[in-house]
Amino acid sequence: MTISFDTHPSRYKHWKISFDGEIATLAMQVDPNGGLKEGYELKLNSYDLGVDIELADAIQRIRFEHPEAKCVVVTSGTDRVFCSGANIYMLGSSTHAWKVNFCKFTNETRLYLEDASKHSGIKFLCAVNGACAGGGYELALACDEILLVDDGSSAVSLPEVPLLAVLPGTGGLTRVVDKRKVRRDLADVFCTTSEGVRGKRAVEWGLVDAIAPRSRFADAVKERAASLAKKAGDAKKGPGIELDALAPEIDGGTYRYRFVTLAIDASARVATVTVKAPTGSIPEGGDAIQAAGASQWSLRAFRELDDALLRLRIDHLDVGMLVLRTEGDAAKVAATDRALHAAKDHWLANEILRLQARVLRRLDLTSRSIFALVEKGSAFGGSLLELALASDRIYMLADDDEEVAIAVSPANAGAMPMSHGLSRLESRFQREPERVQKVLATEGAITTEDANALGLVTVAPDEIDWDDDVRIAIEERASLSPDALTGMEASLRFAGPETMESKIFARLTAWQNWIFQRPNAVGPQGALTKYGQPDRAVFAWTRC
Amino acid sequence: MSLTDSIPNNVDLGSDKKLLRALEKWQPDFINWWMEMGPDGFQKDEIYLRTAISVDPKGWANYEYVKMPDYRWGIFLTPREGERDIGFGDHAGDKAWNEVPGELRSILRRIIVTQADTEPASVEQQRQLGKTAPSMYDLRNLFQVNVEEGRHLWAMVHLLHQYFGRDGREEAEALLQRRSGHPDTPRILQTFNEKTDDWMSFFMFTMFTDRDGKYQLAALSESGFDPLARATQFMLTEESFHLFTGETGVERIVQRAAELTKLDANGDARAQGGIDLGTIQKWINFWFSSAVELFGGEISSNAADYFATGLKGRFREREKYTEHKALEGAYSMVVPGEQGRLASRDVPLRNAMNEILRDEYVADCERACRKWNHAIKKTGLDVELYIPSRRFNRSMGIYAGQSFAPNGEPISKEHFESMRSKWLPTPEDREYVRSLMTAVHERGKIANWIAPPKQGVDGKPFDWEYVRFAQ
Repeated sequence: MTISFDTHPSRYKHWKISFDGEIATLAMQVDPNGGLKEGYELKLNSYDLGVDIELADAIQRIRFEHPEAKCVVVTSGTDRVFCSGANIYMLGSSTHAWKVNFCKFTNETRLYLEDASKHSGIKFLCAVNGACAGGGYELALACDEILLVDDGSSAVSLPEVPLLAVLPGTGGLTRVVDKRKVRRDLADVFCTTSEGVRGKRAVEWGLVDAIAPRSRFADAVKERAASLAKKAGDAKKGPGIELDALAPEIDGGTYRYRFVTLAIDASARVATVTVKAPTGSIPEGGDAIQAAGASQWSLRAFRELDDALLRLRIDHLDVGMLVLRTEGDAAKVAATDRALHAAKDHWLANEILRLQARVLRRLDLTSRSIFALVEKGSAFGGSLLELALASDRIYMLADDDEEVAIAVSPANAGAMPMSHGLSRLESRFQREPERVQKVLATEGAITTEDANALGLVTVAPDEIDWDDDVRIAIEERASLSPDALTGMEASLRFAGPETMESKIFARLTAWQNWIFQRPNAVGPQGALTKYGQPDRAVFAWTRC
Repeated sequence: MSLTDSIPNNVDLGSDKKLLRALEKWQPDFINWWMEMGPDGFQKDEIYLRTAISVDPKGWANYEYVKMPDYRWGIFLTPREGERDIGFGDHAGDKAWNEVPGELRSILRRIIVTQADTEPASVEQQRQLGKTAPSMYDLRNLFQVNVEEGRHLWAMVHLLHQYFGRDGREEAEALLQRRSGHPDTPRILQTFNEKTDDWMSFFMFTMFTDRDGKYQLAALSESGFDPLARATQFMLTEESFHLFTGETGVERIVQRAAELTKLDANGDARAQGGIDLGTIQKWINFWFSSAVELFGGEISSNAADYFATGLKGRFREREKYTEHKALEGAYSMVVPGEQGRLASRDVPLRNAMNEILRDEYVADCERACRKWNHAIKKTGLDVELYIPSRRFNRSMGIYAGQSFAPNGEPISKEHFESMRSKWLPTPEDREYVRSLMTAVHERGKIANWIAPPKQGVDGKPFDWEYVRFAQ
């Protein structure tokens, strides 16, 4: 089954999006029969990947198409239920890989929401107008403020541990203590109480920011949204641009976008992504960037790359090796980056930079072995050099004619940090931090020899060895245990400190993945397997 | 049995100081709630009420004149008959629990709180009805129902206080804070937020909604949690009076409607200042369809959990069934299929527990309806009332969002809407019924739209001073 991540508000099944001046409203009203797969009903505003694809699209569109929005109210269009979280029957009937990919995408979506708050001056108010459990509360946690209806029965809860023998899969535990700074003992009580916490106590414990009675709720939402909008600042933002459909041509295992091609070699279990550098004139200055709109290379190419990565993740599980190639003029990429950075006070330039940063983080978090191939005619400059820096290894052709080169741009200087807050160069040179500045100080083309000396290259075969060396390296890599590689690569990629974001992915996904494999959750008598069944879960009591 | 304690009880409350303190703290709040939300305008009158003074079969009905705020609400559990085994579910055959098993704490609390919330809710719903009672007899019966709902609240609150610690105390407080129909703090179940502002609705409520209570309580009365089983067993003894009030109340309206129809030259009961059978049918349709929602989803994982954990069984589980695990076998259910057609589907037995309970309920309602039709027949009129299909007018469960005729046939939404005013009460109908609701508070007298009862209360005649008004 092929999943498309390309959607549009006119096709949403589960969300209603509306605008009133600087306040946007995203109302969740899940169509119970609109699940992505057969075999489960999305009752009580529970969600599956399809619901989240629309949410991610909505947030992205608000950023690009409605820059006037300063506060987004996230609420439910269903009476007395805000959201009951990820659909349990969907989880119970899903493969391990599907659950992991689903969790990863929902995590990314919620982080993007926080990214919009941090970088785009859009504040999020979660108007919890009914029962709010599990992933529903995790969505609320991703917002800047949570307002809960105080009707004597609506509660917020994280019932995963007591009810399902798994963890809140979207960073719930981490956000409760790291972001909302709930005291750990109270958090312990909260996370083991399936019925959750309501009203005044939820405020006292810091689980929500405020409560309002039913009759005052709509007014309270308005007031808080207005005050959040004020907090968002009064930066003037231009008219929005429309995000056109990506609509790749799909031909067997090949997906052709305008600037990106994803080619799947299923038998070799290798995917190759090729990104073309921009051609033609570079839009300089805010007005030109605004005029270029959705067809501006930096925006279009990275949206395409994002879509290709998602398709690879979801639809090609057996393809464990991702080879990154680029084509065109590295200098042109670097120049495009420079123009964008020079205009970064312009709202659209800023949004494009943020989007590039998000896509690069998506790449960091993609559980595939990633090799970058720097060859003749490749264009690893600036933002595309980040692709190479995100890779596990960089192969760069050593040629005497000095035709093979890379280039740096402001994109390499911390504008596109990884999840743990460091730039890819900083993360790379933990042992020799002075090299970061050395690399950034280079001007123009960096040849293979120089790149090697700077520590940017893993292996630099010459033309005689290149084909064989690269082929063998890829084949060898593809033969290793994918599980072990996933763990190894994730451990090596994120050297250095942690942030809430990196914790969510590292700690949570590691633990959650482990629990997803354990009999207490997914064994024949596991809680996820038995959810909604006549007989109940049976646990193995060994702790290890 | 101690009736002289501040809180009458048969649970030896005097020796449990902690529990006594907790309940004594809750008691004034309860009285405040009763004064604020109980029957409006009759708190100083002396009502001929039945009070439980003993839990044995003969002694629980003691009649005397009581002012309602002085009613001896208390805690009565059916006495324990030695050690009991859990009768069904995964723990069948184990010793019944006298303490809450930790793993079942939250599920058990949810069951008790949901049940408890309905008790004060109905008192609140019926708060204004005393002002329009059709007779002194009915006025007294209303108050009897009200004080017993109050005692049922006590029974559930006792469980919350004794077995659920601080959480339980908070839930007990919350029961006095929610308000039926209140926009901010509504009662948990929607039926208990509906208006009950005419006496026909009151009789329908006690017939249909309280009858749901009977089946819920019966299913809990064999619970593996022994205090819950014993509390609900005793509540059932009182519940039967509520059902009697509803069933005979509807019967008396039906009988009077038939009489007035016969009396009128054009067969128009309304012309005779009464309620016609067609209007009664609409009330039946409305209240029955609202009450069947209370049983919950037709296919329910909660119901399966309640059964599996031994907390809530089937109706007369021990007596009617031989196999108490219900792990094998399936229940065949009629479900909406493709293009509005009905299809049959097998559901694992445990997941169908709500529906199995609903079956018993529907059969019971149909039995009562046969009695009503018998009363019509006796007047010589050839008309029959009916209990609508359980699929009719539903907003929860598998039939929600689709339209069905009262006979259960799937129909289009447009068809349903075009028939709505024929099948369900219209604002005009409600206005008309309300216009008949004028108080008749003199002894021996009764409103024109309802027949007098066959007999009075406690062997007394209908013409008896059931209420001594304080002036």
